[in-house]
Amino acid sequence: MEVYRSQVLVCGGTGCISPESVDLYRTLKSEIRKHKLNHEIEVLRTGCLGLCELGPVVIIYPEGVLYNKVKTEDISELVESHFIHNKVLERLEYKVTEGEGKVRNLNKLDFFKKQLRIALRNCGIIDPENIDEYITCDGYKALEKVLTTMTPLDVIENIKKSGLRGRGGGGFSTGTKWQTAALQKNNEKYIICNADEGDPGAFMDRSVLEGDPHTVLEAMTINGYAIGASKGFIYVRAEYPLAVERLEHAINQSREYGLLGENILGAGFNFDIELRLGAGAFVCGEETALMQSIEGRRGMPMPKPPFPAVNGLWGKPTVINNVETFANIVPIILNGPDWFRGIGTAKSPGTKVFALGGKITNTGLIEIPMGTTLRETIFEIGGGIPNAKNFKAVQTGGPSGGCIPEKNLDTAIEYDTLTALGSMMGSGGMIVLDEDNCMVDVARFFLDFTKDESCGKCTPCRIGTKRLLEMLEDITKGNAEMEDIDKLEHLAMGIKKVALCGLGQTAPNPVLSTLNHFREEYIAHVRDKKCPAKVCRSLVQYVILEDKCKGCGLCTRNCNIGAISGKLQETHKIDQDICLKCGMCMHICRFKAIVKI
Amino acid sequence: MKTIQDLEEIRKNTFNRVNQGLDRKSTRIVVGMATCGIAAGADEVYEAILDEVNKLGLSNVVVAKTGCIGVCRLEPIVEVIRPGEEKVTYVKMSPYKARRVVASHVLVGAVRNEYTMHVIKGKILNDYTLDND
Repeated sequence: MEVYRSQVLVCGGTGCISPESVDLYRTLKSEIRKHKLNHEIEVLRTGCLGLCELGPVVIIYPEGVLYNKVKTEDISELVESHFIHNKVLERLEYKVTEGEGKVRNLNKLDFFKKQLRIALRNCGIIDPENIDEYITCDGYKALEKVLTTMTPLDVIENIKKSGLRGRGGGGFSTGTKWQTAALQKNNEKYIICNADEGDPGAFMDRSVLEGDPHTVLEAMTINGYAIGASKGFIYVRAEYPLAVERLEHAINQSREYGLLGENILGAGFNFDIELRLGAGAFVCGEETALMQSIEGRRGMPMPKPPFPAVNGLWGKPTVINNVETFANIVPIILNGPDWFRGIGTAKSPGTKVFALGGKITNTGLIEIPMGTTLRETIFEIGGGIPNAKNFKAVQTGGPSGGCIPEKNLDTAIEYDTLTALGSMMGSGGMIVLDEDNCMVDVARFFLDFTKDESCGKCTPCRIGTKRLLEMLEDITKGNAEMEDIDKLEHLAMGIKKVALCGLGQTAPNPVLSTLNHFREEYIAHVRDKKCPAKVCRSLVQYVILEDKCKGCGLCTRNCNIGAISGKLQETHKIDQDICLKCGMCMHICRFKAIVKI
Repeated sequence: MKTIQDLEEIRKNTFNRVNQGLDRKSTRIVVGMATCGIAAGADEVYEAILDEVNKLGLSNVVVAKTGCIGVCRLEPIVEVIRPGEEKVTYVKMSPYKARRVVASHVLVGAVRNEYTMHVIKGKILNDYTLDND
C-alpha cells in the first residue's frame, strides 16, 4: 500500500459543470505525474460535495485548503505553487468566514445550534455503562425529590401540568394516563416501557436506551410511585442486542445501589423492572398486543376501551409509555412543569426526537423544540438534499404516516398540524424523498410492509391491506385503469374507518396522503403508462442515443441476457422484449449514451 | 444499598470525570459507541485508544464509551477534553488516527486538525464519496 502525504479531491458531482471537472481531474493527474509526485499525492474524484455554487472545487488535505472556480488552465500554476513551492495559491483560494474551515467542536455546527436536547441530554456525554456518571449528571435526583418531598398526587399533577404528550405516536396526555391508572382501586398495577420500535428508518428509542438507559429506569420508578405499582416491564426488540445488553447492565447496577428493589432510598417504596424481548412483530408495538405478548400469548390487539390504564396487563391497571416519553419525565420533575411548558408550542410542549433518513445530507438523530418548521428541520439542521437534487416530499410517522409535499414545508411540527396534513407524528422517523423517488412506489413499499405485519385478527386489515397492495402493484406495472384510482381511494377510506387497532386504521395513510398530494403521479402511471420518477421497472425503457453511442461494444459484453446488439463502431440497439431493465448498460457506458425514459 | 447521602457523595466524587467545563482536572476521551458508532468501527478505535494510553503510560486520563451524539454519518467519533481547554471533536476515526490523537493531542496538547470537521458553507466535507473512475 502506498502512503500518500497529500490527497487532492476534485468534486465530480453532476451539479458542477460535470465535463469540466472530468478534464480538471485528468489534467491534475497528468500535471502531478509530470512533477513525479504521483507516489506522494493521491488525486481522487468525489461525488457531489454540495458546493455547486463554488464549483468546480479542488480540496487539498491534510491542510484542508479549498480552491474554488478552478479552470483547467489554472492547474499547472496551482500544482506548482501548492506542491512545489508549498505556497497556497491565494488567487483561487476560498476565504473561509466565521464558523467555516476546520471546526474543532461539534457543538459549533449549525446542526446542533437549532437543537434542544432534553430526552437526549446525556446521550453522547456520559458513559451509559457507568451508573456513577449518570448520577453525577443529576441522575436519580428526581427520584430523591419524588420519594422525599412529593406525594403521588403531586407527581401526577406535575406531569399533567407540563402538558407532556405520549411520544410514541398518538400524542395522548401522559398525565391523564397516569391519573386514570392511579385512580383504580387495585393492589397490583404495572408500568410498561414500550421499546418495540418497529417503524422502518426509526432509531430514536434505540439511541436513548443505548446512550442513557438509567433515565428510563428512573422515570419508570417515579411512575410506579405515582400510580402505586411495584413492578415494571421494558418490552424491547431482540434485534437491539446492544440496547438489551446496556439495559441489563443498568438494571443490575441499579439493583446493586438499591435504586431498584425493596425500600428504595430508605423511603419504604418497592419497585423492580424486568426485561421482555420482542421477537420483532410490528403489531407488538401496539399497546394491547404488546401486553398480550408479555403475558405469553400471541401478540394481537384487543378492542379499546377498556384502556390499559383500567384493564391492562393480566387485567390490572397498567401505564404504557414510550421510551422517549419516559426520557422526558426526569427533567420535568427536576425543572418543574412551567419550564417544560415554556418549550415548544401551547398544544404540544417540549421537544421531539427525529431520526433523519433518506435523501438528506445529515442523516442522524436530532431533537428539536415542537413548533420548528419542517423546512428548518430538513434544510437547516438536516443540511438539505444531497447531489443537487430537488426535494419532493418528507415521510413522517412510518407506515402509519404519510408524505408531506413541498408546499406544506413551512408547517410547524406539532401533533395536530401533522395529522391535519394526513400524516402523523408517529414515533419520529423522518424520511426525505427527492425527485428520484416515485410516490406510488413509496406507497407500495409501506403497504408491502403493513401487509406482512398485519396480525390477521380483523378482516379489513388482513384482506384490505393485501388488496391495496395488489392494486398499487397493478398501477406500478401499468395494468390499471383510471377507475382503479377511485377504487383504491374508496377501499383505503374503508379500512381507515373499520379496522380494529391503530395499526390497521393508519395502514392506508401512505396511500391516502400520496393520492391527496401526488395524484398526478398516479394518473401518469395509469393513463400515460409512465413513471415520472423513472422508478417503476415495467414503465421505463433503456434506450441508446444514436448521437452519443460510439459502438464500443462494452454494453453488449456486459449484458447478461444478450439484449443488446450492434456492430463495432456502429450505433447499438436494445431489444425491449428481452431487456430485464437491470440498468447495467447505463451504469457502465462511458459516453453516457444510454438513458432511461 | 445507597442512601441519599451516598448519592450526593457519588455526585461529588464523579463530577470531575464527566465535567464538560474548562475547570476539568483530568483529560477525558469519549468514543461514540452506540450501534451507529460500532457499525462504523468504533470498537477497534476504542481498543486502540486504551492500548495507546497504556503504552504511553498516561495517567489522569479517563477513557469512556458513550451513546449516539446524533451525527451518525461522521462516526466513529472521538472527543477529547483536556483541562482548561475546549472540547475537540474528531470524526471518521480509525485505530491509526486514534493512536496519533492520543500520542499528540492527549500527550502534548497538539490538536490534530486534519481529523476535525471541515465545514464550508454549512456543509461538512469529511464524508465525501468517491466517484467511480
